[in-house]
Amino acid sequence: MHNKTITELSAGLEAGDFSSVELTQTYLDRIHSLDKQVNSFITVTPEIALEQAKNADAQRAAGNAGLLNGIPLAQKDIFCTKGVRTSCGSKMLDPFVSPYDATTITKFNDSGAVMLGKTNMDEFAMGSSNETSWYGTVKNPWNQETVPGGSSGGSAAAVAARLAPASTGTDTGGSIRQPASFCGITGLKPTYGRVSRYGMIAFASSLDQAGPMTRTAEDAALMLNVMAGHDLRDSTSVDEAVPDYTANLNDSLEGLKVGLPKEFFSEGLNDDVAKVIESAVKEYEKMGAVIKEISLPTSNLAVPTYYIIAPSECSSNLSRMDGVRFGHRCEDPKDLNDLYIRSRGEGFGPEVKRRILVGTYALSEGFYDAYYVKAQKTRRLITNDFNQAFDDVDVIMGPAAPSTAFKIGELTDDPITMYLSDIYTIAVNLAGLPGMSIPAGFVNNMPVGLQLIGKHFAESKLLNVAHQFQKETDWHLKAPESFK
Amino acid sequence: MQWEVVIGLEIHVQLSTKSKIFSGASTAYGAEPNTQACTVDLGLPGVLPVFNGEALKKSVMFGLAVGAQINERSVFDRKNYFYPDSPKAYQISQLYYPIVGEGHIEIDLEDGSQKRVGVTRAHMEEDAGKSLHTSFLNQTGIDLNRAGTPLLEIVSEPDMRSAKEAVAYMRKIHSIVRYLGVSDGNMQEGSFRCDANVSLRPKGQEEFGTRAELKNINSFRFVEKAINVEIERQMDILESGGTVTQETRLYDSEKNETRSMRSKEEANDYRYFPDPDLLPIVISAEEIEAIRQTLPELPDAKCERYMDELGLSEKDAKALTVDRDMADYYEKVQQAIDDAKMAANWMLGDVSAMNNKNGLEFKDCPVNADQLIGLLKRIKDNTISGKIAKEVFEAMYSGEGDADAIIDKKGLKQITDTGAIESIIDEVIANNPGQVAEFQSGKDKLIGFFVGQVMKASKGKANPGQVNQLLMQKLKK
Amino acid sequence: MSTLDKSDVEKIAFLARLGIDEQDIPEYATNLSNILDMVEQLDSVDTEGVKPMAHPLDAVQRLRADEVTEVNDRENLQEHAPETAEGLYLVPKVIE
Repeated sequence: MHNKTITELSAGLEAGDFSSVELTQTYLDRIHSLDKQVNSFITVTPEIALEQAKNADAQRAAGNAGLLNGIPLAQKDIFCTKGVRTSCGSKMLDPFVSPYDATTITKFNDSGAVMLGKTNMDEFAMGSSNETSWYGTVKNPWNQETVPGGSSGGSAAAVAARLAPASTGTDTGGSIRQPASFCGITGLKPTYGRVSRYGMIAFASSLDQAGPMTRTAEDAALMLNVMAGHDLRDSTSVDEAVPDYTANLNDSLEGLKVGLPKEFFSEGLNDDVAKVIESAVKEYEKMGAVIKEISLPTSNLAVPTYYIIAPSECSSNLSRMDGVRFGHRCEDPKDLNDLYIRSRGEGFGPEVKRRILVGTYALSEGFYDAYYVKAQKTRRLITNDFNQAFDDVDVIMGPAAPSTAFKIGELTDDPITMYLSDIYTIAVNLAGLPGMSIPAGFVNNMPVGLQLIGKHFAESKLLNVAHQFQKETDWHLKAPESFK
Repeated sequence: MQWEVVIGLEIHVQLSTKSKIFSGASTAYGAEPNTQACTVDLGLPGVLPVFNGEALKKSVMFGLAVGAQINERSVFDRKNYFYPDSPKAYQISQLYYPIVGEGHIEIDLEDGSQKRVGVTRAHMEEDAGKSLHTSFLNQTGIDLNRAGTPLLEIVSEPDMRSAKEAVAYMRKIHSIVRYLGVSDGNMQEGSFRCDANVSLRPKGQEEFGTRAELKNINSFRFVEKAINVEIERQMDILESGGTVTQETRLYDSEKNETRSMRSKEEANDYRYFPDPDLLPIVISAEEIEAIRQTLPELPDAKCERYMDELGLSEKDAKALTVDRDMADYYEKVQQAIDDAKMAANWMLGDVSAMNNKNGLEFKDCPVNADQLIGLLKRIKDNTISGKIAKEVFEAMYSGEGDADAIIDKKGLKQITDTGAIESIIDEVIANNPGQVAEFQSGKDKLIGFFVGQVMKASKGKANPGQVNQLLMQKLKK
Repeated sequence: MSTLDKSDVEKIAFLARLGIDEQDIPEYATNLSNILDMVEQLDSVDTEGVKPMAHPLDAVQRLRADEVTEVNDRENLQEHAPETAEGLYLVPKVIE
């Protein structure tokens, strides 16, 4: 049962082959026996899951099955869940039991989905390896000495290890696509504003976007059908009609114009990863796609631009964690500043502190124009590059990450090299475009992800392009040995 | 050395919306602590602001009323600072692109002349919560009900040269926001608060001196006192060769002094940047024009009209139009009795005197417009005399009921029956033969004496007009 | 080359009200200096006349109707708060 996709599980539930309670129990049992190997969950919620499963079965019996009726899901611990600890991977929010549900959670609940628990993540989504979590490092199910990627590392590992059929992630600079690549699953970051950010704990507000992490593109389409949509509680969510994302999955790719940015295939890219990507591109050629080399000349500006904008926004977003109304509070504060300084000093880990410091500095008097305003300008240049490229091509392809998963501990002393592992994904967030990573092959038995980038609101196109690839290949069906 | 005082004011006006600027929680005053602070107001993790369109409309109304440029595109910024009444540790405000640009108002000076004071800008922002000192083990309690109440911060040019001018400016702004209905202007409840920037410079010098910012002065009276003691303080420093420190100071009304606020002095660097959770506020020229059409008549225009159409003196017209409640009251009375001057005399005379005596604003006057109309109509139809009316008014003011009921109960109805008046007159004539003789020999002025005697005998109830007429007839016989 | 020293880090950390262990300050100073060096690549880019981009989509703010939609939920909202009494959040005494 645990190797089935959402599509297959829904069919099984509908046919009465098994109930949601049975399905949910299967996954809870797997989490119980296997998650100690990967540490992908921060909180498992068996009571809630079984209660929701029971309700889902009753609703199906009554003929009221929602879109994801009875399907167990793992939710990234960045989404506020009423009555359940919502830690964001931080000691700071370890005591935070959210009094409300994020819009995404409400939508899943309304669709009849079942929540298995909350997945591990880099602290406040800041990291590319899941090593910054206060709840311990997540291990890559393909090789437990390596990282799963981050920040949605727990969500990626849970799906790869078959501990959940699908999960949610969030992506600020690659946090869905890079772990999807490292763990050999399908991850979609939608267009900025496509999925509500309400109740999703903010890292960098102008970059954050939630999306599905699944085994197949078809499942991603089913998940996005539930997640996408305008939300009156989020001013930045877009009031644009939500199509049925499964409708165009089977469109032919004949004549599809694919752009390969030459900057994505230059120095820094692992040779073996390059080969996997090249053979994936050949696969598309076979399907009738027209491949074209393009240039994104400002690609090299993406990482520095990001490392001004994201820390600046996060330094302000995380200021509300002050030990007054929720979250961690230090013992016996002697005065107000002591309360703030110690609560925050104890609650945040080193990477979060680094970014708060960088952002605080970049926004401070005398530096604002040189850093923040400058980065907003280079952000526009980067976006203009994409817009220009999309005049000629339908989809841009390239690697999701420069390498396969690296060893745990390998980059922890070297923040800058760690930051560069998001070199191919970050620009997509700056421009607000939709991007995907899909399994495209292996190097030394470790998965490699192919990144697909589309125009604003072209999620249907990306899912179509991904689905066609998955019809011709079976990389996405491979499971890590210990979790088959 | 001759010193020139330079004052600029920042006035914070709470906009009278039902819900908060970025959340759907109520803005009502006086609720139990934190019962009107929702997830957004508390700044819980994950929440997002959504902007209240009514706050925009009210801000634009103010901008139009002071002849200001309305910016079709304005942007919310975050002002970052840690303080327990600021739950997100940033205040959403507008620094770089405010909604209202440069405008101006006219203020009246004591010598009767007018002065133009510039409004630099006005921007929208959210109010903070309140810190309350509690009995809990030396701790401060935080109530966030007020957090997120919409504010319009109105910043003046440093155009004022005395505390009196500053008060006149503040009163004028107060009058305008009340007229527009964009704020209740209630100073006790903190709906209208003022910070004053005060500095001194040698007369004739162009460059400004170092200023001190006086925080949160919440009455017209205290603004004047606070500025005056601050001027004295700075003058003492400068006269003795010292230098004024740029700082935030708090006015202590009990000691009538200002003192430095240590808590605000910690290296402030607000790190303003555009709030990425909110998008630019855009309003079209057409929408601005539509709002302009809804503007009520403002005090200056109303004053002009009272002079032109109702024939009131400038002094009376001005006095009646400062407070919108008073002007509304006046117009109602004036129309009902169709006598602009009589209505003005009553309102500026007896009604204002009683209000002042009791320390009441016009909106709290215990005699409402309809009740006053009831009284004045009885003067007009000769039921009572003007003099008796004052007595009736005082009774009304102390809550004894409407004019008719009081007149009835106290038997104050005017005597208009000619026979009754004649018999009083006959008695007076009979009792004062000497005066009658003098009058008849040409001492006309004595008519006043006779009228007085008749009125006295009638306990003020005889109709004075009739008394006069009948006396003349009888005495000239 | 941006080089932040110990006192810079202390100053920034205070602005952010962020407690940092004394012995970690040199490492933060190095980290921060490296990050600033990295982002200074942008200095060489000509951005003359480029409009700053605050937001990925060129959208404008939606206006909410002025309606009270939230009800008192204090008990739920304060259930897990660190320290409250009589409906108030408590903090060490604030001196003005």
